[in-house]
Amino acid sequence: MTNGWIDIKNTDMMLIMGGNPAENHPCGFKWAVEAKRNRNAKIIVVDPRFTRTATQADLFLQIRAGSDIAFLGGVINYALQNDRIAKEYLANYTNAAFIIKDGFKLPEDGLFSGFDPEKNIYNKDTWNYEAGGNLTGKAAAAGGTVVNTAAHEQVSSHGTAGGGATPVPASLPPNVAFDLDLQHPRCVYQLLKQQYSRYTPEMVERITGISKDDFVKAADLYTSIRKDGSTKKVGTIIYAVGWTQHSSGTQIIRTAAVLQLLMGDVGRAGGGVNALRGHSNIQGATDMAGIFDILPGYLKMPNPNDNDLKTYLDRVTPKAATPSGWESFNYYSNTPKFTVSLLKALYGGAATMENDFAFQYLPKIDRRYSWAEIWDDMFRGGIKGFYAFGMNGVMIGPNSQKNIDALKKTDFVVVCEIYPDETSGFWQAPGITPEELKTINTTVYRLPGAGFAEKDGTFVNSARWLQWKNVAVPPPGECRLDQDILAQIYLKIRELYKKEGGKFPDPIVHASWSYTLPDHPSLSEIAKELNGKALADISDEKAGVSLKAGQQLPGFAMLRDDGTTMCGNWLYSGSWTEAGAMLQRRGTEDPSGLGIYPNWAWSWPANRRVLYNRASCDLSGKPWDPDRKQVWWNETAQKWVGNDVPDFKPDSKPQEHMGPFIMLPEGVGRLFVPLGGLADGPFPEHYEPIESPIVNPLHPNQSNNPLAKKFKTPLDKYGTTQEGYNLVCTTYRLTEHYHYWTKNNPMNVQLVPEPFVEVPAELADQMGIRGGEKVRVTSIRSNYIAKAMVTKRIKPMMVDGKKTYQIGIPIHWGFLGIAEGEGKTAKTPTNLLTPTVTDPNAYTPEFKGFLVKLEKV
Amino acid sequence: MADRKALQIQQMSAHPGPIAGKGMQRQSEVCKLIDTTTCIGCKACEVACVEWNDMPFQPTMFDNTYQTMPDTHWNYWNLIKFNESQHSDGSFAWLMRKHQCMHCADPGCLRACPADGAIVQYANGIVDFQQENCIGCQFCVSGCPFNIPKFNPETKKVYKCTLCSDRVSAGLEPACIKSCPTGCLHFGTKEDMKYLAENRAKQLREVSGFTEAGVYDPDTIGGTHVIYVLHDVTKPERYGDLPAKPRIPLSFTVWKEWFKPIGLFVSMLSFVGVVMHYVLEGPLRTQPQPPVKEIDGGIEHRKEN
Repeated sequence: MTNGWIDIKNTDMMLIMGGNPAENHPCGFKWAVEAKRNRNAKIIVVDPRFTRTATQADLFLQIRAGSDIAFLGGVINYALQNDRIAKEYLANYTNAAFIIKDGFKLPEDGLFSGFDPEKNIYNKDTWNYEAGGNLTGKAAAAGGTVVNTAAHEQVSSHGTAGGGATPVPASLPPNVAFDLDLQHPRCVYQLLKQQYSRYTPEMVERITGISKDDFVKAADLYTSIRKDGSTKKVGTIIYAVGWTQHSSGTQIIRTAAVLQLLMGDVGRAGGGVNALRGHSNIQGATDMAGIFDILPGYLKMPNPNDNDLKTYLDRVTPKAATPSGWESFNYYSNTPKFTVSLLKALYGGAATMENDFAFQYLPKIDRRYSWAEIWDDMFRGGIKGFYAFGMNGVMIGPNSQKNIDALKKTDFVVVCEIYPDETSGFWQAPGITPEELKTINTTVYRLPGAGFAEKDGTFVNSARWLQWKNVAVPPPGECRLDQDILAQIYLKIRELYKKEGGKFPDPIVHASWSYTLPDHPSLSEIAKELNGKALADISDEKAGVSLKAGQQLPGFAMLRDDGTTMCGNWLYSGSWTEAGAMLQRRGTEDPSGLGIYPNWAWSWPANRRVLYNRASCDLSGKPWDPDRKQVWWNETAQKWVGNDVPDFKPDSKPQEHMGPFIMLPEGVGRLFVPLGGLADGPFPEHYEPIESPIVNPLHPNQSNNPLAKKFKTPLDKYGTTQEGYNLVCTTYRLTEHYHYWTKNNPMNVQLVPEPFVEVPAELADQMGIRGGEKVRVTSIRSNYIAKAMVTKRIKPMMVDGKKTYQIGIPIHWGFLGIAEGEGKTAKTPTNLLTPTVTDPNAYTPEFKGFLVKLEKV
Repeated sequence: MADRKALQIQQMSAHPGPIAGKGMQRQSEVCKLIDTTTCIGCKACEVACVEWNDMPFQPTMFDNTYQTMPDTHWNYWNLIKFNESQHSDGSFAWLMRKHQCMHCADPGCLRACPADGAIVQYANGIVDFQQENCIGCQFCVSGCPFNIPKFNPETKKVYKCTLCSDRVSAGLEPACIKSCPTGCLHFGTKEDMKYLAENRAKQLREVSGFTEAGVYDPDTIGGTHVIYVLHDVTKPERYGDLPAKPRIPLSFTVWKEWFKPIGLFVSMLSFVGVVMHYVLEGPLRTQPQPPVKEIDGGIEHRKEN
């Protein structure tokens, strides 16, 4: 979340889409209800089904799963056409005024400029800003041609600088050409306008199935916060995995970001783009790099071309790129400090200036190792063994049969869980005969772990708060704390490497492991390690801070790139300082009334509750809304002050025109994402899901995301309407269950005892299906059997002139659990149905919006 | 069961004579406010109720709905009723209503109950079942206009929501209120809850476009100590059989209000009659009896007076 849960109470307008917070985040949803009750805020819910969240909506629209970009693009178009945008914000805090290189092409035919059909990637040279100066006022007078010619020279000199076979990787020009009047034909604003002019209400209706009238009602309501040029009101966009789990998932969220930048909603209390996390610590898992392509604190993973630390740091440390006269804090210019401090935390004394701080110990990423790739590798026999902690691999991935078959090919599987799960029990999957069982040679180790209430440590919530929790009960029986299990495995492996050597034992042998009890590392020691400490006496004159060696760091501003500091995650620096455990705080004071609670737990970064909060003020540093004062420029003190911690260079005068988006080299929000930011386009474009009931009306010849990754094993099949798969299917969770755990808990089973399939009443009538009768849902991959829940909450829709039905399936049941054990279910996991196809940016599979057929059993 | 020292009994089922301590201290009437317009059907209240009252789990069946079970049960006192409501104007609503004992000001169950002290009404308005006095006749079941009391065939007793009288007597809110994540549930004095409810209904009418929004606190039973804010107060039946005008069945009114007093009156009359008879006629005097005689070998006994 750019903002936080409590902050939702400050909003005037909510667009809830790609998420079902009342269902999946009921405690957090209280703040949406607060806003409604206390501020008369409006809620717009857009979802394939009338959900629990929809019960709270002022306006509910049923959308076809997988058509979100079309809807949001339509709202962007509506805002631009009706002048419902935040002009000052747009021109100064986003890259709307920046001029894009000549040769950049919008995807009218479905492809941006630079597509390489052979490699299926984009050459992004034209996805860049033009170098040059201030063209404000010149564009209209000079006319497009002259400016274009001038610009073209810039392109040639910059874009072909390297020439020949080894082009120098393109970088942002340090001196970006811009037009503050937003009139230049190639300025981002004009391109954006052109891009979304195709997303007319008629087009939105064809793609999404939402009637033109309903769409206009929603677009009008959401953008009403900027009616008549007012900047006082704020709208928020709330989403979850209903947006991420698509073959264009990242771009859906980008579309929301573009809309929020147009509205001037980012950085403001009650605004922002807010991802709701579906697990208690999934934010923490992401911060700590629970994915293959980042290091803790979102630092980039080295690749095999990064021969040494310098090469790596040169590649990943961004250089400021701003229009002349504008400033950019470019906070990621501190990447070397973050990196070296991380290396010191990882390898301790073995990381020295002389050996590049053991940079060579870090793994180098030569290709994708995302979830889908791991299981694909395993399916192809390339993975011998598998450790699963805190997740049920068979159940959570798409195409479960492939995952089950993949596990059959491993030598060993180690699963740490609190219940026997489907991953450690993959050999109990339906369809495995006693004969086949004899042929499976996988050894399964079940390690009894500890539940969340049986260990202390932190949860990082969606609002980025690190909150400490205490142990409620000790782990029962022989269960052990996860960190103990991991530590003991590590120590054993280290011992083996020390004794027997290996290809490259150094990273394992030299890893820093300085815990008081090495085989029972305490989580408070680990939290302190993440915060970081000084390794030598250091001081910062300007800030008036000096630290003795061994002292905890007060924050990431003290990090050094010379090995005198260590820090496990720069974002967490400040969470456990010499003043104590900030993340254990329980102060309930909220002087501003904005729900900031600065003394409750600790929020990364630097205890800031709303990111980019400089943007909550106008150019002169005064809050857009004096009733919701977050931060402001104090002329007397000559610094930024506020109720929240300013997310800005504290002494940067408003006149310096420093951009509020300090994590980006431009300092401004990106309507247009230049260069390598995204794999599949600088602007979001609607592509159909891989399995879609229609051909993309925008560009029939390029219906799907050209960069979405399909897999090629015999089990990776993708269905079409021609094969009879005519229904759009989506998957989701229920309030009453938590993923695949609670099917083992009688209380939850009492609340929702059995799996079911939600079927629109009209379709059920046609097919003669009554509620409670068993139905079979079939995708090209497999089938799923459960009872039908016939409901009026899903209506038939007209999609591109075709009557289209959607059905939905909750994901919670598998083949081990109470209902499963009692023989009440067909033991079919929902994900048997879903396709393995991934988004090109975040590599998330498309669990929502695939094709199936339905029949009575 | 509540601490009777803290909760003053106001009424008691089938209790002859005065109630000890009644009216000794003034207690404000409590009230639970359920704002159905902010209920998200999360069932936290259901779980809290089961957990607090330590009730055994029972198997449920899929029934084509998100609703946990068709109706409340002797060990499931709090149930959110889910209703898909398609209206003639094309609009659609998914209505969620937390269903439990309404704690009527004029409780039909209490009126119907023939067992002394099996049902009591505290001065704060809570209607509570005292299972140790329950005789299992189930008259309360038919007396309730909301179909709340539920019979446990094993213990032969009847059970229902106590409005957490145990918690309330200790100054705590009921468990369901404590668990509600959206603030759709409130607990306080009847006066405060009415104020809150009316304000919310006003907001719904004026801001949210629910022109018929209102507060459900039916006067046909003297009001209730559980009140609802409804999107459309003119159509409470949409929320899963919430009666527009709940009434105690006439038979119980007839029985308790008429027959019982009449019965009492008749029995009084008969007593008075006996006394009058004694006064007027005097005691029964012994009549001279003929001696016992044998008839056909049999013996005719005659009692001596």
